[in-house]
Amino acid sequence: MSSTFLGMPGSFPKNAAKAVQNSQLRYNLRKATHTIRGKRANVVGELPDWQELRAAGKAIKDETLRHLDRYLVQMEEAVTRAGGHVHWARDADEANRIVGELIKATGETEVVKVKSMATQEIGLNEALAAQGVTAYETDLAELIVQLGDDFPSHILVPAIHRNRAEIREIFLDKMEKVPEGLTDEPRALAEAARLHLRERFLKSKVAISGANFMVAETGTLVVLESEGNGRMCLTLPETLISVVGIEKLLPAWRDLEVFLQLLPRSSTGERMNPYTSMWTGSVEGQDFHLVLLDNGRTDVLADEVGRQALRCIRCSACLNVCPVYERAGGHAYGSVYPGPIGAILTPQLRGMSSELDASLPYASSLCGACFEACPVAIDIPEVLVDLRAKVRHKPAERAGMRVAGWILNDQVRLAKAQRLATRFRKLVPKRLPGPLSAWTDTRDLPDIPEESFRDWWERNERA
Amino acid sequence: MSAREEILAKVRRAVAGAPETSVPRGYRMSNQVSDLVGLFAERVDDYRAVVHVVPAAEVPGRLAELVGERRMIVPEGLPADWPRGIGGTSVAELDAADGVLTGCAVAIAETGTIVLDTGPGQGRRAQTLVPDYHLCVVRADQIVSGVPEAVARLDPARPLTWISGPSATSDIELNRVEGVHGPRTLEVVIST
Ligand code: SF4
Repeated sequence: MSSTFLGMPGSFPKNAAKAVQNSQLRYNLRKATHTIRGKRANVVGELPDWQELRAAGKAIKDETLRHLDRYLVQMEEAVTRAGGHVHWARDADEANRIVGELIKATGETEVVKVKSMATQEIGLNEALAAQGVTAYETDLAELIVQLGDDFPSHILVPAIHRNRAEIREIFLDKMEKVPEGLTDEPRALAEAARLHLRERFLKSKVAISGANFMVAETGTLVVLESEGNGRMCLTLPETLISVVGIEKLLPAWRDLEVFLQLLPRSSTGERMNPYTSMWTGSVEGQDFHLVLLDNGRTDVLADEVGRQALRCIRCSACLNVCPVYERAGGHAYGSVYPGPIGAILTPQLRGMSSELDASLPYASSLCGACFEACPVAIDIPEVLVDLRAKVRHKPAERAGMRVAGWILNDQVRLAKAQRLATRFRKLVPKRLPGPLSAWTDTRDLPDIPEESFRDWWERNERA
Repeated sequence: MSAREEILAKVRRAVAGAPETSVPRGYRMSNQVSDLVGLFAERVDDYRAVVHVVPAAEVPGRLAELVGERRMIVPEGLPADWPRGIGGTSVAELDAADGVLTGCAVAIAETGTIVLDTGPGQGRRAQTLVPDYHLCVVRADQIVSGVPEAVARLDPARPLTWISGPSATSDIELNRVEGVHGPRTLEVVIST
């Protein structure tokens, strides 16, 4: 990952220490994570075959990664056949240059954007600004973040650290036309955003998106959203540029039958999100460009333990169940990927050379709640333990221990975390059974290290 | 080496020797639902869309009532006895209309989802997006029980829009607000 996004530049422990002092942030986060968690549990509980869907989702992603070269070429052919154009980008700079040139060719200097983690990861908005192009975020939360000159703090609800009064202030301060007598009612604020963006949607000539999935077999891109800003961006402009990480592929059309059940229920806790758009190549006369982004993903793929992070479908379920995230907040992770997934993905994408990245594998108590929530069964604790072994950064380790202790500093919670850790150890099989064993057969899954957890426990008791 | 060649070469190096995988598909391909129309209606209603279950013969009359004085976009391919509408494909025309009337391609009972594929009676994508009111007619025989059956019925070569309730946001303190950029009102007539 060559372009870094820094919510906070310090190490995770330092950032988290700052965040836990912010009571508004902690209140908002707790409310958000607990609300979404409850909704998720309800709609997941409705499906008798959730574990079968989860097993299929994991295996489909493993199959994608195992033959990623083949599926990428297939995707390229299918998109090209359907009248689209495919570009390949090794890193952030290359992707930003490609997108900049495509926009320049249209003669436009303003573009609309639908929320995309990949374009945040590569710092696209900033890169475009340097080329004289203004990119307007259109998700309500992203708009709040962008107008507030701020950073996202949650994958699904990026502005969760802002309350309604703050949002009203930001709108009054930064929007050109604000409805008179704007209150801080969510409905009024949403209406202000609608008015603010509507004209822009209707006249925009170029849009930029990411994608939740790409289907190699058919060349189809899939975007899930709630507000309709996605549909506005994907449908109305003459030119559409989608920047998508190479791991977002699915082999076959029918694989969507699994992921369209797993993602909405895990993410927003709904049976289905309000809008999902699917398109293949150039449709309804639109000029379509797909930029396939590596930016560190092939390095992650080369790591036998760490590669499972590439199964991630960015649902944010792991954030919502994480006791450390709930207290530290998203900014402490210093990356566009916060929470448990960020703790394993960011250090792998960027390498672990900075103090922050080296401290991220310690941003966890290894309680295992993330693994249980993950719809593609990413064994986050396993990867964390493996990364810790790779870091060997004594100062960061010590600092990490201290802050994890502070974050979880009440007896009840600690006892709970410990119980969970013990329970989790029993749950981790040496090998996954049946057809799932194929990918894990390369190596035995490691035990959760009992001793180090105790060490950690004792040390942070003293801290 | 081009970026394409370099990325593909790195992928091949990264996965060389990794084991093959197979996908277990032990999940449900369809569900036993005794009352598809009832379940679909209930699930759509959960999203705070307005739902009417209407016998096929009464649909034209009910549509006329629902449309009332509204100036509606009505795409080609709908039954001749349904309300007439105004044409319109330009963004300005769509923005000026009061609503849009369409059919659909498939509907999913378990999730309360309607899928449009821009086929006859469904219009271009912009037509069902820009107007603030969407009146959608679902025939009972278009309703399937779950997501796998819907995916199997759909053609990926067509642009698809899956709609589950009106547009919504929960971005402000997690309060759900219906109606942001897409149609703020979704009204569904199930023709039985
Ligand atoms: S790691 Fe799993 S739970 Fe976390 S965001 Fe990714 S898919 Fe969701």
